[in-house]
Amino acid sequence: MNRIVLPEQRPIYLDYQSTTPVDPLVVEAMLPYLTENFGNPASRSHSYGWSAEKAVERAREQVAAAIHADPREIVWTSGATEASNLAIKGAAHFYSGKGRHLITLRTEHKATLDTCRQLEREGFEVTYLEVQENGLVDLDVFRAALRPDTILASVLYVNNEIGVIQPMEEIGKMLREHKVLFHVDAVQALGKIPVDVEAIQADLMSLSAHKIYGPKGIGALYVRRKPRVRIEAQIHGGGHERGMRSGTLPTHQIVGMGAAAELAVQLMDSDSKRIRQLRDRLLVGITSQVEEVYINGDMEHRVPHNLNLSFAYVEGESLIMALKGIAVSSGSACTSASLEPSYVLRALGKSDELAHSSIRFGIGRYTTEEEIDATIALVAAKVGKLRELSPLWEMHLEGIDLNSVQWAAH
Amino acid sequence: MAYSEKVIDHYENPRNVGGFDKNDTSVGTGMVGAPACGDVMRLQIKVNEQGIIEDAKFKTYGCGSAIASSSLVTEWVKGKTLDEAMTIKNSQIAEELELPPVKIHCSVLAEDAIKAAIADYRSKNGGVASETH
Ligand SMILES: Cc1ncc(COP(=O)(O)O)c(C=O)c1O
Repeated sequence: MNRIVLPEQRPIYLDYQSTTPVDPLVVEAMLPYLTENFGNPASRSHSYGWSAEKAVERAREQVAAAIHADPREIVWTSGATEASNLAIKGAAHFYSGKGRHLITLRTEHKATLDTCRQLEREGFEVTYLEVQENGLVDLDVFRAALRPDTILASVLYVNNEIGVIQPMEEIGKMLREHKVLFHVDAVQALGKIPVDVEAIQADLMSLSAHKIYGPKGIGALYVRRKPRVRIEAQIHGGGHERGMRSGTLPTHQIVGMGAAAELAVQLMDSDSKRIRQLRDRLLVGITSQVEEVYINGDMEHRVPHNLNLSFAYVEGESLIMALKGIAVSSGSACTSASLEPSYVLRALGKSDELAHSSIRFGIGRYTTEEEIDATIALVAAKVGKLRELSPLWEMHLEGIDLNSVQWAAH
Repeated sequence: MAYSEKVIDHYENPRNVGGFDKNDTSVGTGMVGAPACGDVMRLQIKVNEQGIIEDAKFKTYGCGSAIASSSLVTEWVKGKTLDEAMTIKNSQIAEELELPPVKIHCSVLAEDAIKAAIADYRSKNGGVASETH
């Protein structure tokens, strides 16, 4: 296997759900389309255009094959954010005569949630379904939310923060029975579990290349042809992509996505097997050395590439600071002035404290056993150190129930 | 979040971590903050017969700036009389640690912790009310 060698002193990369490096095989496939084969795929009058178009169509086949779709059902976009915007707004606008109600989950990616918020401002109604403590949606709750005017439901196949897999076949079947369109954000599913638009009866599906060892800035929307799903374009221009998404196609990016998708499917079994061993090693390693660690999200209906843990009695930002030797994401977004706990973990019913002190370990194609072992040692040492410093940990050891304490809130 | 070198120094080498017996009459304990707000500081002072703070210890649950603020004040209060310690201002802490505006509340909490520890000591020792409050 091709290896990407990172300089020694860089942090260990365990943030594969955030993004992935481009696989060297993918880079190799892309390069000629930046240099000698630079033509515009829309140029019909010369060979530069023809060879670019051929490459785009080959990539379309590769992406379609990865999700068991027809190549004519693939629309190129700039990424999954755009794909989800196009799918949800596009369908809502097109079918608004039929109804103006949509359903989604509280734990969706922002690309879906913020798009739904925008539709609410336009007068649509959106139901944000609660999930259970394990992160999975209850099918009865889902069914109960369906209304005669529901036109679309959008569900995240694999959650980007906690890796849980929703029961997509059951949801797809139920939505088809109710004639409600099914949009699936499969960004974190592709390459990790088998994705089949027929098996889950998806009508629309968002995909992104940079989570599957392809380049950033390219994604795709699957739009079902039978029965035909219609969407209103959100970007207008030269009428590319059968009018659904105008703009000159970035041939090299598309070639990269095609190659990445094909490779992801080829390597899925071997990658997943190895990654599962690493995930188990990480979990056992940490929990055997550190007490009061909580797993966020179901462990059974979950991709092995993700482990999300909360470390009680230590504060999230100091934990991230302590773990600067590893590149991970935390459940607190300390980007703004106030520390916002993850809305996904809050939706699971986690306290602010546990949401804040959560760490997402994302394991990927290039993660090694040595990196996992180094991570275990670092986490054990740093959590131990922070707990030495923590009055809450001391109180916990003394058997004091922190919920019974009257805190002088400020 | 970019931290100043001083914050990182206190965070990596916190001074005076630990605690004293809170039932000891020569000890004053101040616990401020709340877990849900993301920071809890416990500052303890040990006061000698001359009314001078001869030792101080802390434990903090909080971000790097909160840990650094409390570590710093344990150094500052040592050797001070209670009245002198009462004059420590959050702005001095923030300035010393070069805290960014979003972290000023950490220095406020550290000041509150000193005041709470002194108030606890005073209430244990005859309930002399704080003169400067
Ligand atoms: C589940 C999920 N959906 C959508 C996106 C957005 O994808 P993109 O970065 O291609 O816009 C991401 C990545 O951030 C994601 O993890």
